[in-house]
Amino acid sequence: MIPAPFDYYAPTSLAEALTLLQQHGDDAKILAGGHSLLPAMKLRLAAPSVLIDINRVAELRGIKVNGTVEIGAMTTWSAIEHHAALAKACPAMADAVGLIGDIQVRNRGTIGGSLAHADPAADMPAVVLAVDAQIHVEGPNGPRAIAAADFFTDMLSTALEPGEIITAITFTSHGPGEGSAYAKFPHPASRYAIVGAAAYVKMENGQVTACRVAITGAGPKAERQTAVEQALIGTDGSADAVAAAAAHAGEGMEMLGDIHASEEYRRAMCKVYAKRALLKAIERAR
Amino acid sequence: MTTITVTVNGVRYTSEVEPRLLLVHYLREHLNLTGTHIGCDTSQCGACVVHINGVSVKSCTTLAVQCDGAEITTIEGLAHNGQLHPLQEGFWEKHGLQCGFCTPGMIMAAADLLKRNPNPTDEEIRHGLEGNLCRCTGYENIVRAVRYAAEKMAATQAAD
Amino acid sequence: MTATELKERLVGRALKRREDPKLITGHGNYLDDIKLPGMLHIALVRSPHAHAKIVSIDASKALAMPGVVAVFTGKDMLDINPMPAAWQAAGVKNYPVPPRALAVDKVALVGDPVAMVVAEDRYTARDAADAVEVEYEPLPAVVDARKAVEPGAPQIHEAAPNNIVFEWECGNKAAADAAIASAEVVVKEEIINQRLIPTPMETRGSIARYDALTGEWTVWMTSQAPHVHRLLLTAFVFGVPETKLRCIAPNVGGGFGQKIFCYNDMAFTMWAARKLGRPVKFVEDRSENYKYSTHGRDHITEAELAGTRDGKITGLRVKTWANIGAYFSTVAAGIPTTLYGRIITGVYKIPAAYVHVTGAYTNTAMVDAYRGAGRPEASYLIERMVDRFAAEIGMDPAEVRRKNFIQPEDFPYDNGLGLLPYDSGNYEPALNKALEIAGYAEFRKQQAELRQQGRYLGIGISSYVEICGIAPSAWMGGQGWGAGLWESANVRVHLTGKVVVTTGSLPHGQGLETTFAQIVADELGVPYEDVEVQWGDTQGTPFGYGTYGSRSLAVGGVAIKRSVDKIKEKARKLAAHLLEANEADIVFENGRAYVKGSPDKGKTIGELAAAAAVAYNLPPGMEPFLDETSYYDPPNCTFPFGTHVCIVEVDPETGHVKLLRYIAVDDCGNQINPLIVEGQIHGGIAQGLAQALYEGAVYDEDGQLLTGTLMDYAVPTAAMVPHIETDYTVTPSPVNPLGVKGAGEAGTIASAQCVMNAIIDALAPFGVKHLQMPATPERIWKAIHGK
Ligand SMILES: Cc1cc2nc3c(=O)[nH]c(=O)nc-3n(C[C@H](O)[C@H](O)[C@H](O)COP(=O)(O)OP(=O)(O)OC[C@H]3O[C@@H](n4cnc5c(N)ncnc54)[C@H](O)[C@@H]3O)c2cc1C
Ligand code: FES
Ligand code: FES
Repeated sequence: MIPAPFDYYAPTSLAEALTLLQQHGDDAKILAGGHSLLPAMKLRLAAPSVLIDINRVAELRGIKVNGTVEIGAMTTWSAIEHHAALAKACPAMADAVGLIGDIQVRNRGTIGGSLAHADPAADMPAVVLAVDAQIHVEGPNGPRAIAAADFFTDMLSTALEPGEIITAITFTSHGPGEGSAYAKFPHPASRYAIVGAAAYVKMENGQVTACRVAITGAGPKAERQTAVEQALIGTDGSADAVAAAAAHAGEGMEMLGDIHASEEYRRAMCKVYAKRALLKAIERAR
Repeated sequence: MTTITVTVNGVRYTSEVEPRLLLVHYLREHLNLTGTHIGCDTSQCGACVVHINGVSVKSCTTLAVQCDGAEITTIEGLAHNGQLHPLQEGFWEKHGLQCGFCTPGMIMAAADLLKRNPNPTDEEIRHGLEGNLCRCTGYENIVRAVRYAAEKMAATQAAD
Repeated sequence: MTATELKERLVGRALKRREDPKLITGHGNYLDDIKLPGMLHIALVRSPHAHAKIVSIDASKALAMPGVVAVFTGKDMLDINPMPAAWQAAGVKNYPVPPRALAVDKVALVGDPVAMVVAEDRYTARDAADAVEVEYEPLPAVVDARKAVEPGAPQIHEAAPNNIVFEWECGNKAAADAAIASAEVVVKEEIINQRLIPTPMETRGSIARYDALTGEWTVWMTSQAPHVHRLLLTAFVFGVPETKLRCIAPNVGGGFGQKIFCYNDMAFTMWAARKLGRPVKFVEDRSENYKYSTHGRDHITEAELAGTRDGKITGLRVKTWANIGAYFSTVAAGIPTTLYGRIITGVYKIPAAYVHVTGAYTNTAMVDAYRGAGRPEASYLIERMVDRFAAEIGMDPAEVRRKNFIQPEDFPYDNGLGLLPYDSGNYEPALNKALEIAGYAEFRKQQAELRQQGRYLGIGISSYVEICGIAPSAWMGGQGWGAGLWESANVRVHLTGKVVVTTGSLPHGQGLETTFAQIVADELGVPYEDVEVQWGDTQGTPFGYGTYGSRSLAVGGVAIKRSVDKIKEKARKLAAHLLEANEADIVFENGRAYVKGSPDKGKTIGELAAAAAVAYNLPPGMEPFLDETSYYDPPNCTFPFGTHVCIVEVDPETGHVKLLRYIAVDDCGNQINPLIVEGQIHGGIAQGLAQALYEGAVYDEDGQLLTGTLMDYAVPTAAMVPHIETDYTVTPSPVNPLGVKGAGEAGTIASAQCVMNAIIDALAPFGVKHLQMPATPERIWKAIHGK
């Protein structure tokens, strides 16, 4: 219940935060919403000696929606949840955010924190994969953008380099004929995803012309489901076509197993939830 | 040690705190506001919910230092001039509490919920309170209490 | 008010609770809210191993930390005794090994405390506990009760060969064997009642203060039974007179059984307070509560039920392994024996029944009473087996129940299992009412239609009876319980007419302050506001065994009524004297004693209280003051009953269960406050359906608790519990003058099997006959897919 002692800094600009991170190196951790980091520290599963709280860095907050969606790393789930234009630009994100934790978690937790933490059961990794987002980071060597597909490298591991901070997430707003959705099998106690599936489709002339599906929760990291995507593209997006395509979900993926859901069951649920997310996305695209 | 200044239930406090001090411990141990409770160590139970700048937050998952300059409301600050908040009234009228341990957090969470959604359905109430565990009531009367408050608040607004 | 005008009765009215104003404004006073000047804080060093020898403990680093006052180990506390084993299995040899304040030489579960750090504040205490270095020599562990008693299993305690705590039986073995051997139909099932963690939202703890001049302690504790804890801690653990200890239970944030027992922290805080001369506080974290405070249930059972093709049940044979955990908790052995075996036949007349129970030590948290305590395990078993039997013979489960119910004319009913006779009951009306509310016949049609469309709905019935008001001391003595179980109460009418009730019961959510005040206000005819109910402090309340077993109203409440009766009697005598009337002509009614036939000639209870207090003019020999104490030891327990029905839909693709309706028809006798009764039923149901669907404490083979936090142990949220429809039948209990039975545990006792029966009914098209709890989506999905 009580974290180990640490030093605390609350920079007010990104530059200041980056300098502090540089100074304190491996001993330091960024504190965003604190809803993954503080629980770990309270159980003493993590004990950084320096916390750099970036909640006062105003430039990292905010949502912009035009042809492109840009979400500052420090934007809370609540801010995303209640953003009407964003919900239209990407329904999958609205679906997912509304299912994260509870109101209090959503009032503090941030999208940047979630992606940086890369919890295998987090919801957002599946969504950023399905919308093919860019994750913008800044570090000692200046800014760079990482494609979502390259970002999640392993359980709790990302392509972030030491000293880098996520600054924003960008992706293209859905246009006509495009739809997306997120379907989730929540853990009965933690409410994280046991299986979460995000789907994006583009329908043109009654045909699926583009499709991206990603699964989180089931394995050590969120992954794109290219076999599903390929099976669906070119079909009419009917229930049968979706079911046939979704049957490929989880293929080649390593599955986690625990007392709440075995590997076998998770594998089966990948197919069910991929199907459900796709059906909804297609309905929205039509 | 870090110096922080916070306003809690309308009163300004300046305190020296260790950076690791959790807001819930600051409220309970330093300010003796023991109405905010602790029911878990994994941010699940919501017994500790308070409002920071009008937004409901789990105070066990927030550092006191993060609240420098903030306005905090706890259950002790919810009633105004001896007048119970409609939610407090609702919990009393509808038997929304038994042991009362979850109640402060539950009421603070419900207050935020009603601010966002003044006229929730029962299902919305149940989902809106997912961050708060109650082991005594089976939630039925908590739902009734929140509905009572929503109706009462709507009636007062209509009258204004 | 004239003498003939009846004061509006409060009993039976849904008054809102008088306990609430402080609780809804944040002014409750729970254990962790208490701060004493100079108070020190304790953090424990707990074993990461389920079973190990303690090789060495090095506290030097911890002791060097600023703010650390002391570090103690189990060896420092050998001058006090282990915790008492108060309820042992009746009539057989028990091998009780209760825990010590801190483990000595060996640990027997993950979380077993090996050392305690005492420091100026809780942050320092926690840091220092992490700095204590303990070397262990791990030993093999066992977590499963059935495996623990097999040859070759790791041996946990020298004093308990083969890890056996007791072997106990009840009923008639020969008759049950014969019934099963000769039956037309026998259904057999392995039924697991999984381990649960009670999870009161407030964890447990103690604060102790010691006065070296008088040798007296004051201990604040999260307790459902402070008088019992006072007795056990003094007479058994410390070997001092009970007058040396004052126990105070402040507001208690839920108990559900977990706070009945005498825990090590009560002892080690007392020990440390005496040693250090300063008050000390210990409060568990949630994960400590999960690892070390008691769990509930954890039975493995082989059950066989015999019957005829036309639906008559003829026999029941049950063999149960009850997991007791690493040590013997206070009343651990009474739960899977008396409170389980003796009511195994439930609401049915079963001519031949036999139960055998083996209590086993394992390397897990201690198991003791959890809401319902033994009775949920029993009613789960019989109600599952009855459904199983109904399915086997192809008969409607409601019909099988009707065919076998104990009939109204059978009461008082002796079930032949060594229980006191069931007091009263009328089971069929409750069943019929529940089915009617559910629209049973209509539902069956709808169910068949929906199945055609690939939708799987199910309906579950649970008819239950339970044992409440657990008391009769003379009977409990024969049940291995080492004390009485009466309750007492004092009622005083002060000079001003204000009434103070003190009780040994310990409300912690049950609303007893309100309920008791309703009874007293009615009986004495005084305004409700004038009645104050006090509880919780052993100094100033009469002895009581505590609040659990749904006994506070049926036993504690009756003690109050008896005191009031005595006061009324004395008031009548005094009134006769003051009115110069014949005592036999005085009537007491509506708070007034008056002469029969001339109602204007009378005295109010306030006037009489004042007269009794000033004592200027009392009848010869009468003592001053209206102040009476009663000790009530009822002649029997009470036996509430009812039927719950629920309707579920199963998603065949994922195995998720949706609770569509939950209907509870309960009979808890007379109701003093229906609002409070309903609240008790709601809460009880939520806990029982959570057992069916969500909860289960799981240990791995090495004894690590895999559900060690609320991240993994699924206590339901509001969204996971359905709307609950309640209704009642009322069959007053003939046992006590209030006619009450008890309602605190009924919901839990009724609900788990209600949900399971509904799920299994929904899965009938897939050939599913039984499922273990919790019915997680995965379990159901596997059952559907034959995996
Ligand atoms: C009770 C509860 C329930 C939850 N349920 C869900 C759920 O259902 N689904 C779900 O997805 N999540 C859930 N979460 C997690 C929640 O969404 C977290 O808030 C989120 O995962 C982490 O975001 P944060 O802002 O709190 O990050 P923090 O906890 O502050 O940080 C997490 C990690 O990321 C690093 N970090 C943070 N921000 C940056 C940045 N901008 N650049 C680089 N590194 C950074 C930190 O150093 C730290 O290592 C739950 C949490 C709780 C407490
Ligand atoms: S104490 Fe449980 S969520 Fe804060
Ligand atoms: S009232 Fe006891 S936990 Fe909610």
